[in-house]
Amino acid sequence: MKMSKIVRTGANILYPFVLIFGLYIVLHGHLTPGGGFQAGAVIATGVVLVIVANSYEAVTGMLQKVVFKAQESIGLLLFIGVAAIAITLGLPFFYNFLANSGSIFGLSVPFGPNHGDLNTAGLIPIMNIAVGIEVWGGLTVIILSMLSGLDRKEA
Amino acid sequence: MIETIVHVLVLFGLVGAALMVFFFRDLLAATLAAGFFSFLVALEFYILQAPDVAISQAAIGAGLTTAIFIIAIRATTRYEGEESR
Repeated sequence: MKMSKIVRTGANILYPFVLIFGLYIVLHGHLTPGGGFQAGAVIATGVVLVIVANSYEAVTGMLQKVVFKAQESIGLLLFIGVAAIAITLGLPFFYNFLANSGSIFGLSVPFGPNHGDLNTAGLIPIMNIAVGIEVWGGLTVIILSMLSGLDRKEA
Repeated sequence: MIETIVHVLVLFGLVGAALMVFFFRDLLAATLAAGFFSFLVALEFYILQAPDVAISQAAIGAGLTTAIFIIAIRATTRYEGEESR
């Protein structure tokens, strides 16, 4: 079963905007409301929009389950790997060694009320990105598993 | 004052959406009403100054849950009371 042309066109037009909004949330996770989980859920909603609007054959050609499974694992590995780097540097587990270091995400935060700089907070944006990748993959795998339960010729 | 009005509107909308979910025989329409219910819950979270929760609710409640229900309707029948094929 295919959705109507209106639904398909609407989904295809909305998809990049939803994606951009999710990426905005994940990058600004330490400054504005939202974070890794919310961003991953928003991006997965965009992907699911395309999955639901199109037919099964059109979807499984482009979006394969193994890719999203790998993405989920990569997100988790990135999260725990970044946390473990601190141990190899002789610091406690999950220690925020990038904050105030001057390198990537390493600027120090000015005192008092301010606009907030994207290039601050050390490991927190990186953890947000890792969680975002992981939730994106995980929620999409749920939908693709649900879709694979359909009868092939009816779907 | 304006906040109270918006609260009342959203809460009446919640009740209306829930009744729509209950009374619709067309399951696709009932699913969309449930999605609208989730959207209103997200709006209420935003009014109550929890934008974080509102984003989660809008993405998961209104987006993913509706998609899962639509896929389930594709696999079964569209109208309540029909014999499944």
